[in-house]
Amino acid sequence: MTARVLPLLRLAASDKIAVAARDLLAGETVVVEGIELVLRHNVPLGYKLALLPIAAGEKVEKYRVPIGSATADIAPGDIVHTHNLQSDYLPTYTLEAGRKFGETGA
Amino acid sequence: MIGYLRPDGRKGIRNTIVVVYLVECARHVAHEIAEAFRGGPVHVIGFPGCYPNPYAARMLERLCTHPNVGAALLVSLGCEGFDRHGLKDAVRESGRPVAVIGIQANGGTRRSIQDGTAWVQQTLAGLEHTPRVAMTPGDLIVGTICGGSDATSGLTANPAMGIAFDKLVAAGGRAIFEETGELIGLNHFMAARAATPALAQEIIACMDKTEAYYRTLGHGSFAAGNADGGLTTIEEKSLGAYAKSGQSPISGLLKPGDEPPQAGLYLLDVIPDGEVRFGFPNINDNAEIAELIACGSHMILFATGRGSVVGSAIAPVIKVCANPQTYRRMADDMDVDAGRVLEGRGTLEDVGSEIFALMQQVAGGALTKSEALLHREFILTYKSFTPIGPACLPSAA
Repeated sequence: MTARVLPLLRLAASDKIAVAARDLLAGETVVVEGIELVLRHNVPLGYKLALLPIAAGEKVEKYRVPIGSATADIAPGDIVHTHNLQSDYLPTYTLEAGRKFGETGA
Repeated sequence: MIGYLRPDGRKGIRNTIVVVYLVECARHVAHEIAEAFRGGPVHVIGFPGCYPNPYAARMLERLCTHPNVGAALLVSLGCEGFDRHGLKDAVRESGRPVAVIGIQANGGTRRSIQDGTAWVQQTLAGLEHTPRVAMTPGDLIVGTICGGSDATSGLTANPAMGIAFDKLVAAGGRAIFEETGELIGLNHFMAARAATPALAQEIIACMDKTEAYYRTLGHGSFAAGNADGGLTTIEEKSLGAYAKSGQSPISGLLKPGDEPPQAGLYLLDVIPDGEVRFGFPNINDNAEIAELIACGSHMILFATGRGSVVGSAIAPVIKVCANPQTYRRMADDMDVDAGRVLEGRGTLEDVGSEIFALMQQVAGGALTKSEALLHREFILTYKSFTPIGPACLPSAA
């Protein structure tokens, strides 16, 4: 049994993002491998948070594997998700995108 | 573990009668026949299409002669395109009891339900005499899938299932992972694990085909709930899905219906060959589960974060829940609480060992949660494949 429960998991030492290991609340201070962040947003379990600055166009890595490219500059403490990260392979479908698709009549 | 010995020497972990509709028009009669044995080992499978499809024909032949299946009742309307005679002959040649009920020739719905029910009743009694045989983990074929994924799937359930897969392969068993549509982005990582350079080339070609197929369709194998659960892109979802393959070398590349020839880890290519014809490769998780079972899988390991509840006809499904919040909400549906790793209540190794032990209990007859709840989902749709080439199974060459 491991007794140590981390709030954020940095899956590889070279990753600029970490993954919330539980629901985190705005205002919480978290420390990940020496990087201290005061959370500006609620971060649900499993969501990604930037630990280091990421430039628009830069590939974002999780577990050392690229998971897409940043579509905007990302600051430490920002949530990294569909609003600032896109696939290098195939577009991501969300219900919101699906509704917009329906409105155009396409 | 005591299994059921089939005439071809394969060993099953269940002794099920399948009632098989050969077109949607025969589905109601098939379900009414099975309903008379509710809770018993009588499962409905079938193909809804009226027009013939070699993939569907092969799938149903492989499923009706699966080691977990003891007998098959084929329910035909009578005018559909499915080759009922070919399927009946294949099941008979496998040494299993088989019969065809033709609804039109038989005088309609009521008489077909009566006759089908009587046949199943009689055949069930006969199946009690199926020879039993000792089984070891080395006899097992296990398939793995993830569904209703969220960002915890790749942190807990998938890597724990990968550990269980490594244990299975070390014990001489056969492990199959799939969802090539959800391995996009991992192309070269997988190729590096291939047993031979020629197999690595086949894997790269398979992944190129996969990406082109989904690009034509407009989006990848990514559901709205995946994004709600914190996954942003298909390659991020792939990264989690890939973890369930464990650390073993990749021994071969299969297509639906191909049985792995010997111990090892195999990748199942689920993306059709040729031009895009029949729509999405697998319209939901059960389409993939059916293909893993057609490859001989005795049981399925299913990782879920959001909380899938499905089971399957023919093979038990073990639910490994990745998300501790989901587990607390849906414990009745979940066999393993892998999300406990996130809360410090165990390690991935603990969960992997628990899954490997549970696989052996389920092989020995213990019911999974979805089995006990009578989840027996099944779906089969149109697809087209060309056979695998010799480089795909180096050990069989």
